[in-house]
Amino acid sequence: MSAVAAMPREAHVEYLLRLADNALVLGQQLGALVTRGPELEEEMATANFALDYIGQARFLLSHAAELQGEGRSEDDLAFLRDGFDFHNVLLVEQPSAHFGDVIVRQFLFDSFYCEQLRALTQSSDTRLAEIAARGVKEVGYHLHHTQAWVIRLGDGTDFSHKRVQESLDRLWRYTGELFDADATDRAASEAGVGPDPASLKPAWDAVINATLEEATLVRPAEQWMDGGGKQGRHSEHLGHLLTDMQFLQRAYPGAQW
Amino acid sequence: MSNESWPLFEIFIRARSGLSHRHVGSLHAPDAAMALDNARDLYTRRGEGVSIWAVRATDIATSDPADAAELFEPAADKDYRHPTYYEVPDGVENL
Repeated sequence: MSAVAAMPREAHVEYLLRLADNALVLGQQLGALVTRGPELEEEMATANFALDYIGQARFLLSHAAELQGEGRSEDDLAFLRDGFDFHNVLLVEQPSAHFGDVIVRQFLFDSFYCEQLRALTQSSDTRLAEIAARGVKEVGYHLHHTQAWVIRLGDGTDFSHKRVQESLDRLWRYTGELFDADATDRAASEAGVGPDPASLKPAWDAVINATLEEATLVRPAEQWMDGGGKQGRHSEHLGHLLTDMQFLQRAYPGAQW
Repeated sequence: MSNESWPLFEIFIRARSGLSHRHVGSLHAPDAAMALDNARDLYTRRGEGVSIWAVRATDIATSDPADAAELFEPAADKDYRHPTYYEVPDGVENL
């Protein structure tokens, strides 16, 4: 058992669930695209990303479940929680109508998540630090690949430029939540469990600006930002996603194969 | 979209330092940088390599199988080109 920092247990569990649910929901989103990739090779990349996220989610959920100490397993947390008990940011639950949406959602999130994981490798929660050290290499590659696509779609044909700019404009309002700190974030930051989200913004801005410039895309103007996912207030999209993801365990409790 | 719009790349992987790159297969990609990404996902997921080369298939010059007789068969009856018939003098350990 790893050393656990001086953070109230309930807040610590919720902090871990935020991390876990981001990875779990995005992993489910990408997994659902298998057989629908634009090309076989890109489908492999997407499926690999999905597996990376699900792997990270499993480690984080196990850690959260043990810390919670109520005898629940990672599977219980993944398949038997309701939407309002999920703590992922709204960005990762947004649907994708086309490949440009998939790439932009991925780009906006991974550019944040990569910085977050890098900071978490210094966490006072040593088990979390180990999970982050493993994940940061995976997500570093996701970001590399996703940036490459943003640049190719943005600086590609008129059609691809227009579509990916629309994706960017549509998803931008979900990026504010990434950097807004609430009581749970502040408790994590004070206990050295996680970074102050606002401290990740300058590095994120730098990656976003450099990539968008190369992609000839326009960074959306400052605007009203949506939020609430971290606290359990979700869009309707999460419900549909959970219906798919949780169906088997809900319909056949305890089913194994 | 169809694969007609994406060129074919041949992929070579170096298994570890000191070995040469070996051909492992081929894939489609929009350009060379993406071919490296795709090769990473298709051919190195299980620790198969430490270096990747991607070469556009159309950039590889190949010998024509129809020319095999004149290209390769003349070597078949010249076994004196193998150093098999040299007598090794006494006392020479390495030749």
